[in-house]
Amino acid sequence: MATVEHTEGTAPAAPDGGVRRRDFINLAAVSVAGVGGAALLYPLVNQMNPSADVLALASIDVDIAAIQPGQAIKTIWRKQPIFIRNLTPQEIQAANAVNTGDLRDPQTLAERTVDGRVNWLITLGVCTHLGCVPLGAAEGENRGEYGGYFCPCHGSHYDTAGRIRKGPAPQNLEVPEYSFTSPTTVRIG
Amino acid sequence: MSFPWAEEYRPKSAFMRWLDDRLPLPRLVWGSVGGGYPVPRNLNHFWNFGVLAGLALVIQIVTGIVLAMHFEASTAGAFNSVEHIMRDVNQGWFLRYLHANGASFFFIVTYIHIFRGLYYGSYKAPREMVWLLGLVIFLLMMATAFMGYVLPWGQMSFWAAKVITGLFSAIPVVGEPIQTWLLGGYAPDQPTLSRFFSLHYLLPFVIAGVIILHIWALHIPGSGNPTGVDVKTPQDTLPFHPYYTAKDGFGAGLFLIGLALMTFFLPNYLGHPDNFIPANPLSTPAHITPEWYFWPFYAILRAFTVDFILPAKLWGVLAMFASILLLFFLPWLDKSPVRSGSYRPTFRIFFWILIGDVLVLGWCGGLPAEEPYVMISQLATIYYFAHFLIILPLLSLVERTLPLPNSISESVLHGEAAEATPLGVRPAATAG
Amino acid sequence: MVRILGFFVGLGFVAVAAWSLLWGVIAYVGERPQETVEHHFHEEPRAASYTFDGPFGRYDRQQLQRGFQVYREVCAACHGLGFVAFRNLHDLGYSEAEVRAIADQWQIQVPSINPDTGEAATRKALPADRFPSPYPNDTAARAANNNALPPDLSLIVKAREGGAPYVESLLTGYQNPPADLPPENRPGQGLYYNPYFPNLNIAMPPPLTADGQVTYADGTPATRQQMAHDVAAFLAWAAEPTLESRLWGGVATLIFLIFATVLAWFAYKNVWATADRSVRVTGPLDPENIAKREAADRDAGVNR
Repeated sequence: MATVEHTEGTAPAAPDGGVRRRDFINLAAVSVAGVGGAALLYPLVNQMNPSADVLALASIDVDIAAIQPGQAIKTIWRKQPIFIRNLTPQEIQAANAVNTGDLRDPQTLAERTVDGRVNWLITLGVCTHLGCVPLGAAEGENRGEYGGYFCPCHGSHYDTAGRIRKGPAPQNLEVPEYSFTSPTTVRIG
Repeated sequence: MSFPWAEEYRPKSAFMRWLDDRLPLPRLVWGSVGGGYPVPRNLNHFWNFGVLAGLALVIQIVTGIVLAMHFEASTAGAFNSVEHIMRDVNQGWFLRYLHANGASFFFIVTYIHIFRGLYYGSYKAPREMVWLLGLVIFLLMMATAFMGYVLPWGQMSFWAAKVITGLFSAIPVVGEPIQTWLLGGYAPDQPTLSRFFSLHYLLPFVIAGVIILHIWALHIPGSGNPTGVDVKTPQDTLPFHPYYTAKDGFGAGLFLIGLALMTFFLPNYLGHPDNFIPANPLSTPAHITPEWYFWPFYAILRAFTVDFILPAKLWGVLAMFASILLLFFLPWLDKSPVRSGSYRPTFRIFFWILIGDVLVLGWCGGLPAEEPYVMISQLATIYYFAHFLIILPLLSLVERTLPLPNSISESVLHGEAAEATPLGVRPAATAG
Repeated sequence: MVRILGFFVGLGFVAVAAWSLLWGVIAYVGERPQETVEHHFHEEPRAASYTFDGPFGRYDRQQLQRGFQVYREVCAACHGLGFVAFRNLHDLGYSEAEVRAIADQWQIQVPSINPDTGEAATRKALPADRFPSPYPNDTAARAANNNALPPDLSLIVKAREGGAPYVESLLTGYQNPPADLPPENRPGQGLYYNPYFPNLNIAMPPPLTADGQVTYADGTPATRQQMAHDVAAFLAWAAEPTLESRLWGGVATLIFLIFATVLAWFAYKNVWATADRSVRVTGPLDPENIAKREAADRDAGVNR
């Protein structure tokens, strides 16, 4: 059996600079391949982000002309319920009479509505406790002890400004971004 | 590992030693694709294609899983969901085109890999199991690709499903029940689509499992090489890493360039326009054709036009299946002790005729079943069966082969090109 | 054993195939296959070039807007564009307000439900909506079109061999049937002769009948050729709105991949540089020893 001289694996007698230069090309090739792999990761991850048709419904226009004071409607925005309520003057007064220091989540009615249209209370219809849809938007539903909304799941009571007053919910009903594109149309989102 | 000089795994860090002691994955990787797997030093670029097939599978699985997040497997929604992917999903067009063209490239590299095996006698002892497992992978690939093509529920999807499942009805007695069982009904419909989606998602992982067996079976005797001469001494081999990892890296680069060219610039070239029309069970397309990688088999299927005891349709089905099944018997049909076509000049001639024959069959398969293409397919089919079942067995009895080099190192020392005209047999004293 | 069985199986298939071949040859020699009438009269699409051709193609937004105008005024009454949403028209260069106006004023309304009675109703389209179909279903479409179904045009350019040039040739290809067209191939009731159409006779009446049928907003003269060209470009966009991302993404990817492959080539050569040097065989296979042995044999007069 012939004997063998292995010379691969050990650095041959070349000057230090030569060895470093030789390894450099290997490192460069692997690094560039790595960068390519990382770049490929972007579309693979980004495809899970909302697609163009979902984003198109990120914003909706709602016609509120038919909502009388004291009435509310439910609608859907980004696949979640929205309550749009036309507050009566008494409801506005009741909301402003509360000392915000007593609130779990201090906010005034003015902070939760648009200037000049304080009577329009637009909130998500999602209880901030564990996500049930509170009652009170439709005619005849239980509006809780504070005249706003009542969540039957664990007994959270919201007032006429949609603020948490009693029960386990930690925060007020979320107010989405909205603006009035006309006196009778509001754009949500 | 089979070679006693294979380098042992030596963990470089404490963490690796800890891991290896508890789960010998590091040494498994080292011994199969690392520095611990000795590979003949004289492999040419045809040996790149196995790894490329593995890379193609990974690309298909990754893009497939991601596409499945958006695909709707209902007859009403499938076509729409594919358009949703193309238009609305972020980079969805890229994922869809990559998956579709990736399938074509998977078949290209697999076919080259198979023909490498045919030329260099890779199917011969002791690698018969590698060959058989490879054929199982090929069959699974074809099933997976067929079912995948049905999913978009376009005209070709539907009618290809109809034709291929219809073939089963040619089998006497049990044919129709089998066809109904496959379809879940009397024609391709919702049950067919749902089960094809389920199986299309499953089979690639089965393929991955069989590939593991395929590589395991290969690593017992070790890789073959272009001379077909066994590895005898340590200087016949090089460690897989870094030599063949570097070579495969370059090969992968070329593969990805080809794939990118198709995906970005000619994404629909290998497809059929009719599949952009939603499936209509009441309207048959003018020409039903499968994807290009099935064309040779489609040509064989359509070559049998006249009844002969059995109906022509049944002959076509039998021949189509036989054309693949006969490959399972190749190690026992071709018993020549010389492995590599490099040293079998007569075999080489027939091999190249076979290549031409398969290309002709492929070309005919993509065309309508009209004359003179049917006659050409018939001639090509005759040659195909004759090649494997008549010519090769006879050849191994009567051919005159060229003398082999004594060892791999010898053939390398004298230059790769000299392999085909080796040195002549040396006296026994010099045998390595 | 395997070889014997295989031999007979092979012989079997060869024989049966040869039998089919024999009959095929007899039939072919006896009666040469005739060119079909369709094949004889059918014409390939006229070559046409578009701004989006080739690897560096891009859409001409002005042209797409003109094409959209043709679609809206000529085609939309019968042909849907169901995979395209109004919001996609931003790609054509329209502003958000213009898109909203187009959707709002679209001549076909989107199916919806009367919120009070629950009855089927329609509403004006929003940008998020896809183009509503001109007919509620296929049956209604056929009833209105002499039992012919006007196909949805969202994918027509990709769904037809020949693509945009085919669409353009078809739209301007209507002509009187040639004198030598056999009677059974002449257009019957409700059909029109068009050699670009695979069956020669198409159910769609010529849609572009006169120059100036549409008045382009940008003032381009609306000849029939121009309208066909523009609407073909628009339909190409409708079928493949992401074409520009695809082509430019491709250029970037290819540049990167070529660079990476060149580096991989050098790394490969670098790694293998040491391999050849290590093929140094010693002992009986050492070329020096071989030479010495041969010299010794010559001196001793031994012939091996």
